[in-house]
Amino acid sequence: MLDIERWQEIFDTIRKNKLRTFLTGLSVASGIFILVILLGFGQGMQNGIAHEFEEDASNRVVVWTQVTTKEHKGLNPGRPIQMRNENFDYIESRFSEEIKDKSANYRIRNALVNYKKESVGYSVQGVNAGFQFVENQYISQGRYINYEDYKNVSKVAIISNTIKREIFKNGQDPLGEYLDISGIKFKVIGVYGDMGGEREEERIFIPLSTAQRVFNGSDRINNLYYTLKPVEDFDQAVAESVKFSNDMKRYLQDAHTVAPDDPSAVNVFNTLEEVKRFFTLTNGIKLFFWFVGICTIIAGVVGVSNIMLIVVKERTREIGIRKALGAKPWSIVGMILHESIFITAISGFAGLIFSMGLLEIFGPYIEVDYILNPSVNFNVAISTVFVLIFAGAVAGFFPAWRAANIHVIDALKDE
Amino acid sequence: MIEIKDLHKSYKMGSNSLHVLKGINFSVKDGELVAIMGSSGSGKSTLLNILGMLDEADSGEYTLDGVPIKNLNETKAANYRNKFLGFIFQSFNLINYKTALENVALPLYYQRMGRKQRQEKSLKYLEQVGLKEWSHHLPSELSGGQKQRVAVARAMVGEPKVLLADELTGALDSTTSYEVMDLIQKINDQGNTILVVTHEDDIAHMCKRIVHLRDGVIVKDEKVKQVRASAYV
Repeated sequence: MLDIERWQEIFDTIRKNKLRTFLTGLSVASGIFILVILLGFGQGMQNGIAHEFEEDASNRVVVWTQVTTKEHKGLNPGRPIQMRNENFDYIESRFSEEIKDKSANYRIRNALVNYKKESVGYSVQGVNAGFQFVENQYISQGRYINYEDYKNVSKVAIISNTIKREIFKNGQDPLGEYLDISGIKFKVIGVYGDMGGEREEERIFIPLSTAQRVFNGSDRINNLYYTLKPVEDFDQAVAESVKFSNDMKRYLQDAHTVAPDDPSAVNVFNTLEEVKRFFTLTNGIKLFFWFVGICTIIAGVVGVSNIMLIVVKERTREIGIRKALGAKPWSIVGMILHESIFITAISGFAGLIFSMGLLEIFGPYIEVDYILNPSVNFNVAISTVFVLIFAGAVAGFFPAWRAANIHVIDALKDE
Repeated sequence: MIEIKDLHKSYKMGSNSLHVLKGINFSVKDGELVAIMGSSGSGKSTLLNILGMLDEADSGEYTLDGVPIKNLNETKAANYRNKFLGFIFQSFNLINYKTALENVALPLYYQRMGRKQRQEKSLKYLEQVGLKEWSHHLPSELSGGQKQRVAVARAMVGEPKVLLADELTGALDSTTSYEVMDLIQKINDQGNTILVVTHEDDIAHMCKRIVHLRDGVIVKDEKVKQVRASAYV
């Protein structure tokens, strides 16, 4: 490899066979380019899906109810199911082992929110302290609703960053200010932010007890929210979360006399199960991209081999001349392989640098749902380049070896 | 310089075996200019190929400059070719993407000579064949006679013991042929041993000795009075 004469000889050959060199290089570079871009987007898709689930706690379970659709124990279908505080309390004590955070909520219908003389259109919900963790919210000012507020039925409210920006202009401090919710004054005690972005910041929260008592809710509950205690193993976490969901659903169906096979009266949404489904999907997609990528590489290898075959064929006469002038078989093989390795290496790295550069520069700007920051593992990419170089060398070796061992007379007859 | 004893060679053609050389005995001394003549199929090219170590005899002895040539593998043959022999072909066999100078320099590359030295020496030999100004032209830009002169320079540059020319004027018109033969005679005058295979009488008579080959045996081996090619140029 360090033989400078050999290098000069090879550069001469390359310089004088530009088209052949260019075509060989192009097939290698495009193979690498396609592979890297594909792998990048596989990764981007996984990043994107992971991001979609960041907005809520990923081991979240949500319950909501609708009307029954099946006759059960003499009760007609079409009966609305309403959860009550006792359901929430019962679940809390029965599943205390599994539950980490919990909250019920009660939505106040047609709440009219006013600040000073300005009317603002936000929804108002009564929630428990655990709601913060269930929804992946953070406190940017003041504090969240706590158990004291619940016990004392305090008339306090928390607003979001978005609401703060819209109501309290000029950077006015919202803490201690009073909001008018359907005629009742609520003191603002905190400002929260939601990882889910602005869409999730359109709500004002007050204590559940206050919501039920002040707004005529009695002990009615709209939804139940839970997060479960973390488990190391992902599959085990999914299994436990599914079991919890099913047990809880069974209890609620019993408590409200709902047929066990009623598809819509009691609904449980289990995020973890959904996450698993998505991760299985992304794994599938990644696998598919790998498959396509490897096929591309194989096509590249075949292309390189093909070109090598033609190159050797085309140079048979030249090889004969060189041998007549005293070239040894190994020097012929060495020359051809040296040249092909050099070309595949240069063009392989060119394709690598170009595609990775493209991903680096434009990747962060790609803002499509479910695709985020496509990028590729450098080691994986560089290994594929070496695989391609190696394959090209192996593919080139056999025709080169055969050509180097053709009788000079036969080689010279070749036109 | 060259000693050949009882050389046999046959080719397999399907189920038949074609006996091409049937016991050749022949020797060439230093500084000779020998023409090997014969019609096609007489075995003259086969003989030249064996002398050039491009082909191997079935039996018989071959000694070149005191070195017995036998049990050749490709590497050994390449070595001997590079050290002992220079080839001139009917179809020139220049590498078409290399300039005249690079073509001439190629045997020196395989002698592992440095690039600069290679170019200097090659240029000297190109000058000898009168093509110094054409050194940077590709073969496609040269005439047939010029190409053959480049080939002669290439054959000479490695300072071989023996120059082997296979129908070197076969692709040239007679004027150009005489020019090339003039060059060959001059090289021979400097003391180089040259073997020329030809079927043309006039070319053969420009050598100092003619070996007639027919059906694989030497039928006549005569010294002739050399006709100087310069008389026709």
